[in-house]
Amino acid sequence: MNTVSSQDAAIAATGGASKEYLTFMLGEEQYGLAIIQVKEIRGYEPVTKIANAPDFIKGVINLRGDIVPIIDLRVKFNVSEATYNEFTIVIMLNVQDRIVGIVVDSVSDVINVTEDEIHPPPEFGVAFDSRYLDGLASVDDGLVILVNIERLITSREIGIFDSMNQQNEGSV
Amino acid sequence: MSVDMNQFHTVFFEESQEHLQTMEELLLNISTDDPDAEELNSIFRAAHSIKGGSGIFGFDALTGLTHVMETILDKARNHELDLTTDIVDVLLATTDTLAAILQAYQDESEINWEQIEEGKAALEGILSTEGETTGVPEQTPAAETAEDDDSFGFFDDAPGQPDLSADQEEHGFGFFDDAPGHSQPDTVSEEDDGFGFFDDAPGQPETDNSEAQTSHDDSEGGFGFFTEPRPAQPIKDEDAYGFFEQEKSATTPASSSAAKASKPAAKAPAKTAGKADAGSIRVETTKIDTVVNLVGEMVITQSILSMIGEEVEGNTGEKLSGAIDELSRNIREIQEAVMSMRMIPVSFVFNRFPRLVRDLARTLDKKIDLIIEGGETEVDKSMIEKLADPLTHLVRNSLDHGIEPLEKRLAAGKPETGTVVLKAEQRGGNILISIQDDGGGLNRDKILEKAIANGLDVDLKMPDEDVWQLIFAPGFSTAEAVTDVSGRGVGMDVVRKNIEAIQGGIDIVSVAGQGSTFTIKLPLTLAIIDGMCVSVGNETYIIPLLNIIESLQPKPEQIKTLANDTMLWSRDQYWPLVSLREQMQIDEPTRPVENSIIVLVEIGKKRYGIIVDQLLGKQQVVIKSLERHYKKVDGISGATIMGDGKVAMIIDVDNLIKNEQINQVGLA
Repeated sequence: MNTVSSQDAAIAATGGASKEYLTFMLGEEQYGLAIIQVKEIRGYEPVTKIANAPDFIKGVINLRGDIVPIIDLRVKFNVSEATYNEFTIVIMLNVQDRIVGIVVDSVSDVINVTEDEIHPPPEFGVAFDSRYLDGLASVDDGLVILVNIERLITSREIGIFDSMNQQNEGSV
Repeated sequence: MSVDMNQFHTVFFEESQEHLQTMEELLLNISTDDPDAEELNSIFRAAHSIKGGSGIFGFDALTGLTHVMETILDKARNHELDLTTDIVDVLLATTDTLAAILQAYQDESEINWEQIEEGKAALEGILSTEGETTGVPEQTPAAETAEDDDSFGFFDDAPGQPDLSADQEEHGFGFFDDAPGHSQPDTVSEEDDGFGFFDDAPGQPETDNSEAQTSHDDSEGGFGFFTEPRPAQPIKDEDAYGFFEQEKSATTPASSSAAKASKPAAKAPAKTAGKADAGSIRVETTKIDTVVNLVGEMVITQSILSMIGEEVEGNTGEKLSGAIDELSRNIREIQEAVMSMRMIPVSFVFNRFPRLVRDLARTLDKKIDLIIEGGETEVDKSMIEKLADPLTHLVRNSLDHGIEPLEKRLAAGKPETGTVVLKAEQRGGNILISIQDDGGGLNRDKILEKAIANGLDVDLKMPDEDVWQLIFAPGFSTAEAVTDVSGRGVGMDVVRKNIEAIQGGIDIVSVAGQGSTFTIKLPLTLAIIDGMCVSVGNETYIIPLLNIIESLQPKPEQIKTLANDTMLWSRDQYWPLVSLREQMQIDEPTRPVENSIIVLVEIGKKRYGIIVDQLLGKQQVVIKSLERHYKKVDGISGATIMGDGKVAMIIDVDNLIKNEQINQVGLA
C-alpha cells in the first residue's frame, strides 16, 4: 500500500519524462539505479574495518579526504560469491548529502527509461524487498529492476543513517 | 539597486549589534552615584548611531525607541537626570528590546510593536518622574580605583581633579578619560596588559589628544582599536588592542549623517581584533574552515611524499628528502598560521557574564562580584561556540548554589559580597577555564546521600574528588543535593557532555566553607592531534598522545587475573587491561599479553591499559569525522588518513573501556 502510493508519487514526479539509470549486475539479475545519485565508479580497494559493524559493511576508505563507508550489496542480499579483486566494482553514491560506496558484481550500461516503460515491481524473485524498488523496465536484453537506491541506503536495514544511530545508542 | 541596499543593511545590522554590545557593557559598568561623563557620551553615541542608521533605512521601530533613550542619556550627561540602578535596568532592558527588534529586521520577521511601546513607555516613565531633577555633583573617583589589580577601573579626571595615580594598574580595564579643559594623560604610562579606552572628549584641545596617545607607548598586550589611526601615532605596543577614539565634534548629536558616513571606515576593524596598526578584514568562517581542511590534506600529502622520498636512493634521494623537509617545515608553519586565524579571544564568551551575573545577583538578592581574568586567551572558534552553554550553566550554578545567602555569609564571617572568578589560561597544550566561587563548597554528605538514593555505586569512604564527580551523573539534581538553596537544578551531566563533545574534561576542587572551583580543560585545537600509532594484526590505530601515560612491555609477574579480567601491576596500582584486538573485533588469534605492548592511558579519572601488538611511532594526525558519512562507532572518536593514504581509526580512550571494569579494579 505504502509502496503503491510512493511509487505513484515517483511516477508523477517524472511526469512521463525519461530518466537515466545506471545498470549493474548483482548475481543473475540486472538492476538499475538513478544515475543522478552516482558520484563515480571505482575499483575496489582495501578497506579499513570498523568494529561492531554488520558483515555487509566492509569498512571505510579514504575518498580524497572523506572517510566513506563501503557496503557490499552482494553480501547484504546474499546474491553471489563475494570476491574482491581488481575487477570488483564500487559505485560511489551521493545520498542525502553523504557519500556511500556500494559493491556490485559489475556495471553494465546507462539506459533511458521513460515513465510508461516502468512496470510495477514483482512481489517475488527479487533479492530486494519491493519497497526499495521503483519498478521494472524492459530493455533490449531483458528486464532491469529499478532500485530506489536512496530509500535502500537510508533504510533501517542498512542502518548507517541517523534514525538508526539513535536507536543503536539508545539500546546500548 | 536593491542589492546595494541589502549590503548596507548587513553593515548596519553588524554595526548596530556592536553598538548594542558597547552600550550594554558600559551600562553594566557605569557607576550610578558618579556616572562618568565620557561613558555616558559613549552610550549616547551608540544609541545615536543606531538611531541615525535606522532612520536612513526606515527601521522605524528602532528609531522611535533609540530616540527616547537618547533623550534620557542626554539628560543624564548634562546632569539633568540622576542615574539610578532602576534607570540603568530600564536602559539595559531597552538594549535587549533593541537587539530583538534588530534581529526581527534582520530575519525580516514580524516586529513586536507592543514590546516597543512598552519599552518606550518605560523610558518615558523615567523622563516624567525624574526629568525635573538637576545637577549631579561630579565626583572624584580616582583614588579608589587606583590600586585595582585585575579589575575594571574607571579613571576619570574630573575638572579640577589634579592627580590621578593610575600607575599601579596592571591587567586592568581602564577607561581613561580626559574631561574637557583638563589634561593628565601621562599618569597612565605604566599600564600593562590593559584594555584601554582612551577617549578624548569633544572640544578638547588638540594637544591633549597627542599626549594621551604618547602615554600609551608603554602599554603592552593591550587591545587597540584605532578608529582614526594617524600616521604620526607613536604606538609601538605589541599585540595591542585598544579603543582610541578621537571623538570629533562631527559625531556629536547635531550631525547624524556625518556620524553615519564615518562609520563604515571606523567600525570595520573593531571586531576582528588584529594588530594595532595592521588593519584587518572580515572573513567568513567557512572560508577559513576550507583553508583549514585543505591544510589538513596537505599534511597528509606531505607524509605520503616523505614515505615515497624514503624509497628514493642516492643523490636524488638526498636532494628529495632535503626538499621534503623544507616542505614539511613550511606546511607546519602554514598550519599554525591558519589555526591562529581560527583562534578568538575567550572574552567573546566571557563578555556575556557581567550582565548575567548582575541580573542573576539581583534576582537572587545576593551581592556578587564577578572577576574576569585571561579574557585574551585564545581558543578555537568552534570551541568558543560550544563553550557558551556549559559555562553559563556553571556560572549560574556558582551564583545560585555556590555563593551562600547574605545571612549565611555574614554568619560564617565572610564578606557579604561573594566573589566569582572566571578565568582562562593556556597551560601547555591545553586551555584551562575555571569558575571559582568563595561560597559554601559542595556538600559531601548530601551528594553521597543523593547518590545512594539514585542507586549509584558509591563508597562512603571515596575520596572527595570522586564524590564531586558524582554530580555529573544523569538525573543528579544539584539543587537539592549540593546546597540548601533551592532553585534551578541544572543538569550537570549535560554540562559534562557538552565539554566532552569538544574533547575536554572537567575537574572540581571544593573545600567546605571556602568555595568550589570548576576547571574545564580543553585541547588547543580540535582539528589536529598528536597521536601514537599502534598496530594490531594488520590494522593501525591512533591513540591520542594526550591520554598516554606510558607504554611498556609487561613482565609475566606484572600480569594478574581476577575473575575474567586481566590486570597489570604497575606504578603501585592495578590497571585494568583492554585488548584492542577484542574491542576492534580483529579475527586473528590473540597473542599472549607478555608478548604485547601495553599502553597505559588516562582520561578524567579513568586509568587503564590498552593491549596492542606494536608501537609504530608518534605522528600528527588530522582528525576526520567518521560520522560525516557513516555513524558513531563505540570506542572510536574519529578517523585519520595515514601516510600511505589508508584510513586509521582514532581510539576514543574514554569509551573504549566499560565503566564496570574500571570500578571493579577500584574496589579490588
